Amino acid sequence: MEMAEKLRFRDADLAKRVANKIQELAPKQSAVKICHVCGTHEWTITHFGLRSLLPQNIEVIAGPGCPVCIVPASEIDEAVQLALKGIIVACFGDLLRVPGSKMSLLDAKAEGADVRVIYGVGDAVRMAAKKSDKECVFFAVGFETTSPSTAVEITNKPSENMSFLISHRTIPPAMKLLAEMKDLNLNGFIAPGHVSTIIGLKPYEAFPKRYGIPTVVAGFEPLDLLFGVYMILKQLSRDKPALENEYTRAVHEEGNIKAQELLQKVFEITEGRWRGLGTIAQSKLKLREEYSVYDAHLKYDVKIEQSVDTQPGCKCHLVVIGKIRPTECSLFMKKCTPQKPIGACMVSSEGTCRIWAKTINRFNE
Amino acid sequence: MCLAIPGKIMSIKGDKAQVDFGEHVLREVNITLVNARTGDYVLVHAGYAIQVLDEKEAQETLDLWNQILEAETQR
Repeated sequence: MEMAEKLRFRDADLAKRVANKIQELAPKQSAVKICHVCGTHEWTITHFGLRSLLPQNIEVIAGPGCPVCIVPASEIDEAVQLALKGIIVACFGDLLRVPGSKMSLLDAKAEGADVRVIYGVGDAVRMAAKKSDKECVFFAVGFETTSPSTAVEITNKPSENMSFLISHRTIPPAMKLLAEMKDLNLNGFIAPGHVSTIIGLKPYEAFPKRYGIPTVVAGFEPLDLLFGVYMILKQLSRDKPALENEYTRAVHEEGNIKAQELLQKVFEITEGRWRGLGTIAQSKLKLREEYSVYDAHLKYDVKIEQSVDTQPGCKCHLVVIGKIRPTECSLFMKKCTPQKPIGACMVSSEGTCRIWAKTINRFNE
Repeated sequence: MCLAIPGKIMSIKGDKAQVDFGEHVLREVNITLVNARTGDYVLVHAGYAIQVLDEKEAQETLDLWNQILEAETQR
C-alpha cells in the first residue's frame, strides 16, 4: 500500500539502532519487567523475534490481552446451551474451540447445532434479517476495539429474532489488577494501541500517577514496540513515570468520542468474571434496560449453575497474567497443542500459548 | 482479536464506504464510528472503521525517531 511503502515502520536499520539504544539505556544491575495487554502486540513481538533484540534483564510479558482467552467457561456454556436449543449462534472464529466446562461451540456444531463463524457483527445482523423464521444470537466478545461495533448494530434496531450474548470486557480494570499484584512487580505497561483509539489516554492516567508505572500506548509494527520499550526505559532512567503516546498516527488523547458516546448509550458497566483472573469490578459490559429486548441472557434465561474454567494441569491462569511463560507449563506442546488445545490460551490465534506454539514450530525448537 | 487493518476510502454511500486494502482489494466498511472523507486512511476492525489515520502524524513519528537516534548518537 502506498502509505506503508512511504512510511517504513519495519525499517531493519532503524530497528537495529533502537535496539542499540535499548542496550545502552538498560539498567546494568536490576531487572525490568514490562507488560503488554494485547494479543496483537504479542503476535508482533513473537513473530518478529523482538525479545531476542532486548538485553536479558529486560523482560516483556503478555498480560490478559486476548479477549477470547478470558471469557469464562460459564459464558461459553451459555452459548453452547443456546446453540443446542436450536438457536443460530454467530461468533468470531477464534471462539469456536474455546473450551466450556464440557463442550466448546465446535463440539456443539459437531452435534448438529447451527454455529456460524462471521467476520463482524454486521454479518450476524444481516443473517438474522434474512432468516426471520429462526432465532439468532451474536456471541459478542472483545475489548473496547470490538464493543463499539456491537453498539452500532444494536442502535440500528436489528430484527426481532436477533439478540446478543454480551461478553464484552474493558481492559483498564484488568491492568489495575496487575498493577496491584504485589508479587508481579511490573516496571512498565505497553498499553494496547487499538483499544486506545477508542478510549483515548485518560483511563491509563492512574498507572504512572498512583502506581508509579511508566505507561506507553504503542502501535503494532515492530518499530512501534521497540520504541515503546525504549520510551519506558527512558522514563525509568529518569525516575519519572509518565503516560506517553507512541501511536499518535492512530490514537488521539481524547479517543474516539463518537464510539464512547455510543458505548455509553447502549451499555452499562458491571463486575465480570475473567477466566484465570476471577471477578473484576467495573470490567464487563451489560445492555442498558432500554435495549434489554436484545439481551439473549434475559430472552432465553439459560441458567448455568456450575462451570469449570481450568482443566486439570492447565496453567492458563498463570499465563494470562504473565506469571509464567507457556514453556513453563507441563502440558505445553505435550498434551496441549494447537490441534488439541486444553486451555483457552492455546485456542485463539491471539492466545499467548498458541502464538508461542506457532513460533516454536517455525524455529523447529 | 483487536487486530485492525489500515485501508483507504475510495467512495462513501451513507454509513458504508468502499475501502481499498491495497492491491485494489475492496471491501465494504461501516463508517458510523468515524468522521471520514473519501481519500482518508482508516483503521478497520471486523468491518467497522474505528479511527481515521493521520498520515502527517505517521511521517512525523518516523522523523522524530530518527531525530532522537541521531541526537543521542552525537552526544
